[in-house]
Amino acid sequence: MMRWLAFLTRCRAMIVKEMWAVLRDPRARIILIAPPIMQLVLFASAATLEVRNVDIGVLDLDHGPAAHEVLGQMAGSPNIRVLVPLASYEALARAIDRRQVLCAVILPEGLSRDVAARHPASAGAVCDGRRSNSAQIMGGYLSQIVGQAGLALRGVEARAGGQNGLPGGQSTVRHMFNPNLDFLLFVLPALVATVASISALSVAGQSVARERELGSFDQLMVAPLRLSEILIGKMAPPLIVGLVNATLYLLVITMLFGEPLRGSLISYYLATFFFLTANIGLGMTVSSLAQTQQQAFLGIFLVAVPVNLLSGFAAPVDNMPLALRIIAQADPQKHMVVLMEGLFLKAMPMMAVLANVWPLMAISAVTLTVSTLLFRSRME
Amino acid sequence: MSGLSLRRLRAMLVKESWQILRDPSTMLIAFVLPVILLLIFGYALNLDTGRTRIGLSLQDGGEAAASLAGDFRHSPWFSVVEVGDVPHLKDDLVAGTIRGIVVIPQDFSRMAARGGGDIQVITDGSLPNNAAFIAAYAEGVRQSWTAARAGHPASPPPLSLTLRYWFNPGSVSRFFLVPGAIAIVMTMIGSLLTALVLAREWERGTMEAILATPLGMGELLLTKVVPYYGLGLGATALCTLVSLLLFGVPFRGSVLALFLIASCYLFCALGQGLMISALARSQYVASQIALLAAFLPSLLLSGFIYEIASAPRWVQWITLIVPARYLIPSLQTVFLAGDDWGQFLPDMGKMLLFGAVFFLVTRWRMRRRVA
Repeated sequence: MMRWLAFLTRCRAMIVKEMWAVLRDPRARIILIAPPIMQLVLFASAATLEVRNVDIGVLDLDHGPAAHEVLGQMAGSPNIRVLVPLASYEALARAIDRRQVLCAVILPEGLSRDVAARHPASAGAVCDGRRSNSAQIMGGYLSQIVGQAGLALRGVEARAGGQNGLPGGQSTVRHMFNPNLDFLLFVLPALVATVASISALSVAGQSVARERELGSFDQLMVAPLRLSEILIGKMAPPLIVGLVNATLYLLVITMLFGEPLRGSLISYYLATFFFLTANIGLGMTVSSLAQTQQQAFLGIFLVAVPVNLLSGFAAPVDNMPLALRIIAQADPQKHMVVLMEGLFLKAMPMMAVLANVWPLMAISAVTLTVSTLLFRSRME
Repeated sequence: MSGLSLRRLRAMLVKESWQILRDPSTMLIAFVLPVILLLIFGYALNLDTGRTRIGLSLQDGGEAAASLAGDFRHSPWFSVVEVGDVPHLKDDLVAGTIRGIVVIPQDFSRMAARGGGDIQVITDGSLPNNAAFIAAYAEGVRQSWTAARAGHPASPPPLSLTLRYWFNPGSVSRFFLVPGAIAIVMTMIGSLLTALVLAREWERGTMEAILATPLGMGELLLTKVVPYYGLGLGATALCTLVSLLLFGVPFRGSVLALFLIASCYLFCALGQGLMISALARSQYVASQIALLAAFLPSLLLSGFIYEIASAPRWVQWITLIVPARYLIPSLQTVFLAGDDWGQFLPDMGKMLLFGAVFFLVTRWRMRRRVA
């Protein structure tokens, strides 16, 4: 009993000391809370794979009813901001080269004649392959618009749900969890994982390296503290800051963006807790290996970039080659993205939550053990 | 303080360069990170969807339904991993083991015999791009099945669009990711590394020691910046070589243009790094500011992945002060299109202007600090 009490007292002292080290600098206090929230709001607004408000060039050599119909449909599209009339192929090439337009539609001579004669007619489009991602998305929109214009010219109304309005059945599509396929609903939960990970890694990364750089590591070694007590103290600041921030993310997402948490609050904190411990383990491992704070920060960066890119946020894990899919299983952020999408959008039940939390526990156990071993070897 | 002395400058440059070369972490960032980034961009960031895992709910026992189900099983776009009833499959959708459900309903065969035959597609909307893909390709499978059944190919639409992508005919995503990787690496070296190094000098008090030497303020900044400029150029050259040799990314512009563009951006990024260190003075704060103000914007607000025009107006305004925004278009052009000085020069001018402002702020901040 007495031993436990002494253990708790020493842990408390260590936690207070570590929290003090992190919160002492007023600028650091602001840096711990404000940037994560700013990142969440700013990047959620910026990160959209929809292409809207872009300028599209038009080279109209047809001037007939078909061209009129296509231009009318294009003008009505919310994805296009301005239609830029182009006089010649040279003007078209220049507009693309200079990035005045993302794509340019070419309506060839005799287009209206072909459509009227019921020949299969074809318009052309040139897109800027330098921006291949946006260009492909815009190319998809343009194909759809031109196809619809063709049907309208034939007097066929495109059937709801059907792709081209041809007879012979159709597919009825239902997008569960996100009926309008709003990209923001996908980005917000994924950003919680990204932002929380960057914050936890940065705080945990400086823990050991700073002591060593300032020379206080020696003092820590001779202090009457056990290894476990020191490590608990080191884990406390990133964990406490991370949990406070997680609460703020939840408030921002539900209040500011109006996106409810459909899963349970317990699941949310359970997932966040083990995600944080996994990241703290990673951060402390890097920190124990580093000689200076600078090395620790750069090392954290070297870890954070692949962890982030393999998480499934930037591109689906399903599309990766097998070797990388296996590596991604060891990426805590990959599991966290699944959990956050599940909890915010899918009302993920507890069993499914646990199925994704246990890998986080396993990663935490491994990274914390490794960092403890490294820390101990540093002490001797 | 006396004027510019070449001997002194050389001595300082040698000292600073040694400091960089001695630190393994600097080398990691300059030469290992670029390779990791390029490998991930080349192999992991595949924005083109491959085979998607779906569940199939076959509610009709007829021959037509079985035939369509077979088409879904053999489709190159889908892999049917689960067959069962809809409530069951919806649980899998929640768990994320499948991304969509195709339902072939009860009277499908009967309707198909009359020339109809509807199916239902349920997708996981939490991944919007995947969901749109599944909806479109499932309908594609159904249409070609219907057409094959009717014994004639689907009648062509009255009007179609022939798309061509200039500069990148195959629309290979690797090609557009490489300039982004270079931008990230240069930002890392220019802003983050420089900010850290100088913040450390402030933190340890060695900055005051240097300021007490007869070195002028201009010389001091120069000696701090030049080694990192060399490091940045080296990393850019490495990125370029790896992407040309390993990924076959074309390089249609001139080396001179790439060199000048990279130099202008590095000038700007180094200025930003110096400014951050002069404002922050502690390594932790400097690293966090560099991350927030330099690294993340160069990734997310530069138009490298996300189209700037599609963002809300206030975000578009913010991108105007993100230097990488003026770098990415020029890099994309020099790799994929060729030299276009009419585009390079204005962007280079803007980067130099940003750099000049950053350097002036740094000078002013440091004067005040020392005084």
